[in-house]
Amino acid sequence: MKFLRDTWLIFTRQMLLVWRTPARLVIGFVQPIAYLVLFAPLLKTALAPTGAQTYADAYRVYVPGLLVVLVLLSGFFAGFQLLGELRSGVIERSRVTPVSRTALILGRAFSEVVTLMGQAVVITVVALPFGLTVHLGWLMLAYLMLALMALMACALSYAMAMLIPSPAALGPLINSISQPLSLLSGVLLPLSLAPGWLVAIAEWNPIYWTTNGTRSLFTGNPGDVSVWAGMLIVIALAALTVTWATRMFARQVR
Amino acid sequence: MIEVKGLRKSFTLGKRRKTRTVEAVRGVDLSVAEGEIFGFLGPNGAGKTTTARILCTLLEPDGGEAVIAGADLRKDPGAVRTKVGYVPQGGTTTDEVTAREELVLQARMYGIGKAEAIERAEKALAAFELTEFADRACRTYSGGQRRRVDIAMGIIHEPKVLFLDEPTTGLDPQSRAHLWDEVRRLRDTGMTVFLTTHYLEEADALCDRIAIIDHGEIVALGTPTELKHGVAGDVVTVGLNGSGPRAAELLDGHDYVRKLELGDDGLRLYVDDGTTAMAQIMRVLDAGDIHFDTVELHRPSLDDVFLIKTGRSLRDK
Repeated sequence: MKFLRDTWLIFTRQMLLVWRTPARLVIGFVQPIAYLVLFAPLLKTALAPTGAQTYADAYRVYVPGLLVVLVLLSGFFAGFQLLGELRSGVIERSRVTPVSRTALILGRAFSEVVTLMGQAVVITVVALPFGLTVHLGWLMLAYLMLALMALMACALSYAMAMLIPSPAALGPLINSISQPLSLLSGVLLPLSLAPGWLVAIAEWNPIYWTTNGTRSLFTGNPGDVSVWAGMLIVIALAALTVTWATRMFARQVR
Repeated sequence: MIEVKGLRKSFTLGKRRKTRTVEAVRGVDLSVAEGEIFGFLGPNGAGKTTTARILCTLLEPDGGEAVIAGADLRKDPGAVRTKVGYVPQGGTTTDEVTAREELVLQARMYGIGKAEAIERAEKALAAFELTEFADRACRTYSGGQRRRVDIAMGIIHEPKVLFLDEPTTGLDPQSRAHLWDEVRRLRDTGMTVFLTTHYLEEADALCDRIAIIDHGEIVALGTPTELKHGVAGDVVTVGLNGSGPRAAELLDGHDYVRKLELGDDGLRLYVDDGTTAMAQIMRVLDAGDIHFDTVELHRPSLDDVFLIKTGRSLRDK
């Protein structure tokens, strides 16, 4: 399969670049870890009304939200790197070869997803000494949901970068999409604390479902409706955005 | 090896209502033979890069046809890709990786298997004298070394035709000369090289044939010598001490002298081929026992050609 081979080729190359620039990797989790250490301890008391008794309870609610923010926001910024590579000629050099056009973009997206999942694992591990305990099987399922969210965010960002190929215009656009999406999904504090009208709006936000799904898996409620609903939503969205991005890319780069 | 007919491409610039169309390439016809170094000479913005990018399948032309190494550009761009190599203007090496990694990746993108790709990278590194730095990150390379990696990447799949876009821009004179040797070496292996340049010296010294392009159209095409002779022959100026009229009398009527002018600076003779004419002129003057102080040969440059064809000089740019 030429397409799979080419995707693997581009993926390994992008992973090599990630490996060679550890600074970027570290910057990626400095902020989440700061939140984890300096903000999350406040939550035991803050989350008491939702039934949180211990630090473990608080972290089971907070860590998944933090991971959603990480994959979503970092994923949304993948488009900037694509723009950079389009400008520098790195992609042009691939385009004169018969390499699969879809592989050029999918290999890149997968390397972003794997990098983000690596950061997610580090953050989870750092949270363990604070008392986070989580069922391993459900954790894996939560990671799958997060990986699909990362893929979706990445693909959406690539598509937008090709639609608006100017970094100066792309930044504000991405911010204006990501901010309401994350606020209306209860990533920082669960929306079960929110008034009814806010929840009513949030229910229209797909990220609300995936955030709740991830959280339910962390808190050990895999039977919750948000788990399968969130999973279905994120699979559909990932498929949709990946198709859009690859089409845009193939049309743009010929 | 390359047959191009009526190639055209225009771009729309600007936003919304304030758009304007720029015709970057306006009906280019050219034919490049196998094993030739073909130069595309012109000022910046003349359409050189656009033409090269079209021929490498990076841009779709608006009109015209091209057949490259037997593959039709419009009907089968995939086949063209396997037969051409392209080295873009800016260079494409990545700071963090090594030359060897770059070469292996490039070979693999052409569908070459891993073991063979490693072997080819090794050979290319040796051929371009890069073995010594092969495992150092590209960020540590000099401009000339980076350009050599770029070219090595361009030929890793053994293409029939290599496109070089402004290969020596930004290089110091020594690296430039080195690169010219590399390009000649490639030609000697039978590769066809199509290069764009805005350097007159480069076109003159390196290219077997040149097309001069301006505003998207070819204004002159031929070998450097043909082009220069097309505008004017060589001029031999003999500095004579008072015996000008007698020298003019002796030299007038010889078949290699096209025209003869007696001026303040001496006797100016317009000839077809300055080197042979100079020897003949000196023999005639010697035989007539006429003493001369200086003999100067002026050959028209490609800039003279450009000036006559376009009314502008390339050097002013």
